[in-house]
Amino acid sequence: MSKMIQRYTAKERNNHWVVSIAFVLAGLSGLALFHPAFFFLTNLFGGGPWTRILHPFIGAVMFLSFIAMAARFWRFNHFTAADRQWMKRIGDVIRNRDQGLPELGKYNAGQKYLFWIMVVSIPVLLLSGMVIWQPWFAPYFPIWLLRVAVVIHALAAWIMILGIVVHVYAAIWVRGTVRAMTRGTVSEAWAKHHHRAWYREMTGK
Amino acid sequence: MALQSLDIKARSATTTPSPVARGEAIKVAKLIDISKCIGCKACQAACMEWNDLRDAVGTNVGIYDNPRDLSDQSWTVMRFSEVEVEQGRLEWLIRKDGCMHCDDPGCLKACPSPGAIVQYANGIVDFHEEHCIGCGYCITGCPFDIPRISKKDNKAYKCTLCSDRVGVGLEPACVKTCPTGAIVFGSKADMIHHAEGRITDLKERGYQNAGLYDPQGVGGTHVMYVLQHADKPELYANLPKDPHISPLVSLWKGVTKPLMSLGIGLAVFAGFFHFVTAGPKEVEEEEEKTD
Repeated sequence: MSKMIQRYTAKERNNHWVVSIAFVLAGLSGLALFHPAFFFLTNLFGGGPWTRILHPFIGAVMFLSFIAMAARFWRFNHFTAADRQWMKRIGDVIRNRDQGLPELGKYNAGQKYLFWIMVVSIPVLLLSGMVIWQPWFAPYFPIWLLRVAVVIHALAAWIMILGIVVHVYAAIWVRGTVRAMTRGTVSEAWAKHHHRAWYREMTGK
Repeated sequence: MALQSLDIKARSATTTPSPVARGEAIKVAKLIDISKCIGCKACQAACMEWNDLRDAVGTNVGIYDNPRDLSDQSWTVMRFSEVEVEQGRLEWLIRKDGCMHCDDPGCLKACPSPGAIVQYANGIVDFHEEHCIGCGYCITGCPFDIPRISKKDNKAYKCTLCSDRVGVGLEPACVKTCPTGAIVFGSKADMIHHAEGRITDLKERGYQNAGLYDPQGVGGTHVMYVLQHADKPELYANLPKDPHISPLVSLWKGVTKPLMSLGIGLAVFAGFFHFVTAGPKEVEEEEEKTD
């Protein structure tokens, strides 16, 4: 085994998993109210009214914990020339042909896209969700705005769910990744292969 | 609702057909002849009485409307409009507001809870509050701003067209009590016929634009109005001229619902089949050893 490099601190990991758990719960309860095919998911939350009551609070937890996470990771997510090069070879990346890919920092372009999708969609979900939040806030908004908000809320949630499906799959697909968020460390070989510029920065090699 | 389950022709958040094997039922309708209404509010009182509703005593805001608006306790209210359709000729138009019982109900389309909103074979749209989850989606679906969420139980309420009375062959409470015969009830065909007679009469008396309000944008309604000025329904406390379910609600509850669900499913399957095809992205042993 090669040596391990610290990728996430315990605080960062806990922050990430609070967002994740809130996302899964908000996602399941939201889908339950989105399409009749998913209405059975209300059983996970104690029935229809409880799903309606809990969903916005779970969403608020997700928003607040995400703010902290976004602040932590913001500076690692600016796009660079290497990211543009990498994106041009996205087909090779998907086919596991990684030879000669540009050297990347802490995150690749896919991860950065996900970050910015979350930065946009989570506040949009919060704002549109506030407008339709019964019984606390919705009665104060005009009906036309409720109609706009439900569509925006569904659309933003959909984009976010798709993003997270890709995010989760990528973590499973790229071996050695999950332990970065469970244990906090990755192997030197992993770092060198996937994020060489970050590897150099961390090890000085 | 066991005895009525065969009579339900549409059900919220349900993607398979409701029972339709039996023959078509007679469609009912309530006809409100505004030219005959004297604004006595007996219909409001009868509605409260039959449905066991008691709204809080409100405050006088200087107009006759009382209560000021629909609520979980007031399923119908008279709306008083003072208008000068012609210069120097004041008219007092009094419209009994409440659920219109659309044939294509936006509330039912928007509702996410299976069976919380149903439409009976006779056309009545009814809320089954025991299935209501209090999300307020019906409010976004309704083109007439009718459903109200109760502060007591967070459930949506509105006029039932006295479905419990109609089910046993009685007319709705408001119809029963109306002292001028401004509200009548029967089959929709009979009500349209009755309205035609009234409209002819009104035209003879100088109301050239008298007509029936049965808006086709929502498939027609099971509560209809005879209007003296059918060309300007907005005169009657902003009765919409061409009501229809908002395109945003149609978009949200129409194509996006199945397409977005499909999209999420496809994304998951795409991941699975990619894994089976390309396999995991592993860091090769040799690469590790050369370190």
